[in-house]
Amino acid sequence: MTFLAAAGGDHAATVFIEIGAVAVALAILARLAGRLGITTIPFYLLAGLAIGKGGLAPLDVSADFISLVAEIGVLLLLLTLGLEYSADELRKGLRAGFVPGAADAALNFTPGFIAGLILGWHITAAVLLGGVCWVTSSGIVAKVLADLGRLANRETPAVLNLLVIEDLAMAVFLPVAAALVTGRDLAATIGTVAIAVVAVLTILVAAVGLGAKLSTWLTHGSDEALLLAVFGLTLLVGGLAQKLHVSAAIGAFLVGLALSGPAQARAGALIGPMRDLFAAVFFLFFSFQIRPHDLINALAPALVLAVVAGAGKLITGWVAAKHAGIGTAGRWRAGTALIARGEFSIVIASLGAGLHDGPHLGALAAAFVLVTAIAGPLAARMAGRARPRADLPSGTGSS
Amino acid sequence: MPEIAETALPGVGVRHEFVTADGDRVAVLTHRSGRRELAIYDHDDPDACTAVLHLGTEDAHALVELLGGSHLSEAVVAVQQRIEGLSIEWVTVPKQSRFVGSTIADGAFRTRTGASIVAVIRGSTTVPAPGADYRFDAGDVAVAVGTPDGLSQLRALLSR
Repeated sequence: MTFLAAAGGDHAATVFIEIGAVAVALAILARLAGRLGITTIPFYLLAGLAIGKGGLAPLDVSADFISLVAEIGVLLLLLTLGLEYSADELRKGLRAGFVPGAADAALNFTPGFIAGLILGWHITAAVLLGGVCWVTSSGIVAKVLADLGRLANRETPAVLNLLVIEDLAMAVFLPVAAALVTGRDLAATIGTVAIAVVAVLTILVAAVGLGAKLSTWLTHGSDEALLLAVFGLTLLVGGLAQKLHVSAAIGAFLVGLALSGPAQARAGALIGPMRDLFAAVFFLFFSFQIRPHDLINALAPALVLAVVAGAGKLITGWVAAKHAGIGTAGRWRAGTALIARGEFSIVIASLGAGLHDGPHLGALAAAFVLVTAIAGPLAARMAGRARPRADLPSGTGSS
Repeated sequence: MPEIAETALPGVGVRHEFVTADGDRVAVLTHRSGRRELAIYDHDDPDACTAVLHLGTEDAHALVELLGGSHLSEAVVAVQQRIEGLSIEWVTVPKQSRFVGSTIADGAFRTRTGASIVAVIRGSTTVPAPGADYRFDAGDVAVAVGTPDGLSQLRALLSR
C-alpha cells in the first residue's frame, strides 16, 4: 500500500498529466498518419523532437519513466518481429532468397558504412549506420502493400522473402553490433560476439524442437495467462541476454522465433496492441534525445544517403523480382516497396546512443528514416501508376 | 479442374492461383486471420491485379454457397454413391439430449449402432475426425457414416 500512497503524490500527478498529454498528442498524430496513408513512425519522431531539449514543449519530469517504457518498446518490437514468421517460413525464405539477400546486404549496408567513415566516425558507429541503411521496415512494407492492394501481386512473395532474409540477418547483425558497442578491447569484443552468435544459433536450432513444446504448453490456457507468459519470457530472456552482454533486443527476438503454431498466432494478436503502445514511446524517446540543431545538420547527409540507399533498394527489389521471373513493371513495384526504412533502423541507431558519435548517429538515423519512410511509400504508389498503358483510351484493356 | 498453384507469403498467409478456361488468372489469398482476398490479374501485366475483393469469413462462405457448394460435400456424395449400403447422415444433438456435455466415448455410439461419427459441425467450424474425448454441445451436428439402420438408431439415441 505504501506504493499506492507514494503514487498519489504531487510528483505522480505531474507525470500522469505529462504522459497523458503526450499520449493524446500521439493519438491525434496516428489518426493524421492514417488519414494521409503514411506510417506513424515519422510523426512520432517529430513529436519526440518537439518535447525534447530545445523543442516546442520540453518535458523534464517523466524522462526516467519514459526511458524504461522505451526499452520495453524495443523488446516488444523485436518480439513481434520474431513472431511474424514461423521456423518453416524462415527455412524456406532462406533457400529462396539467398541471392537477393546477399545483393541486399551488399547494396544497402555498404553506403551507410562508407558514409560513416566519410563523416569521420569511429568504425563501430559506421557499422551501425550501415545497419540503419540496410534494413527495410517490414511494418511499412506490409502496410503499403495492403493499402495499395498488392498483397496478391506476383512480385509480392519476392518482396516478403527478402524481408525474411533481412530478419535472419538481423538475428546475427544485432548481437554483433551490440557486442561491438559494449566490447572495450579486441579480445572482449571477440568474446561477446562469439557468445552472441553461439546463443543465436543455439536458439534458432532449438526453436524447431523446444519451441514446439513450449508453444504447445502455452496454447492451453487463457489469453491472460498467455499474454503474461510471453511478456514475462520476453523480459526474462532479454534480461539474461543483456547480462551476457548480448543485447536484450536479440533475446526478445529469439523468444518470438521460438514460438510457433497457434501460440504464435495468438501471442501475435495479444502483444500487437501492447507493442504499439510501448513502441510509440520508444520512437518518441529516441528523437527526444536528439538536439534539433543536430537534426538540421544531419538533413543534407541524410538526403544524399537516402538517394543512394533508395537506389540500392530499387536494385535489390529489381534483382529479387527478376530472380522470381517477374516482368519489368513488377520489378519497379518490388524495388520501390522496399525503400522505406523504419523501426529497425531506429533500434540499431539506439544501440549506439552511448558512443562518442552517438548523438550524430541518432540524428542522422532519424533524418534518414524521416526521409525514406515518407518518400518510400510515395515512390511505391507512383510505381503502380506509371504504367505505359495508362495513356491509352479507356476500354482497351478488356478487349 | 484447372491446376492450382500454391505460394506461401511469409508473415501474411498463403496464395492459391489458377488460370480459367478463358485464360484469366485468378487467385485467392488467405490471410492468417482467415480473411480472404479474391484477386484477378491484369492481362497486360500478369504480375499485377486489376481487381481485389476483400472477403470476411462470412462473405467467403456466402460466395462459396453462390458458386455451388464445396468440393468436400461433392466428394462425400460421391463416396456415398460408390459404396453400396453405406450412408452418411447429419444428426443434430438437440438441447434435451442426455449426451450434451458427454464425450463420444461415453456414448459408445459405434458399439451400440455400428455407425461412426466422422466429423462434428459446431457453428461455423467443422471438427474432422473428432477424438473419443470430444464433448458434445447442444446444437452440434454429428456427421455419421453407417448403414441406414444404424444411422436411424444413432439419430434416436442422440435425440433422447
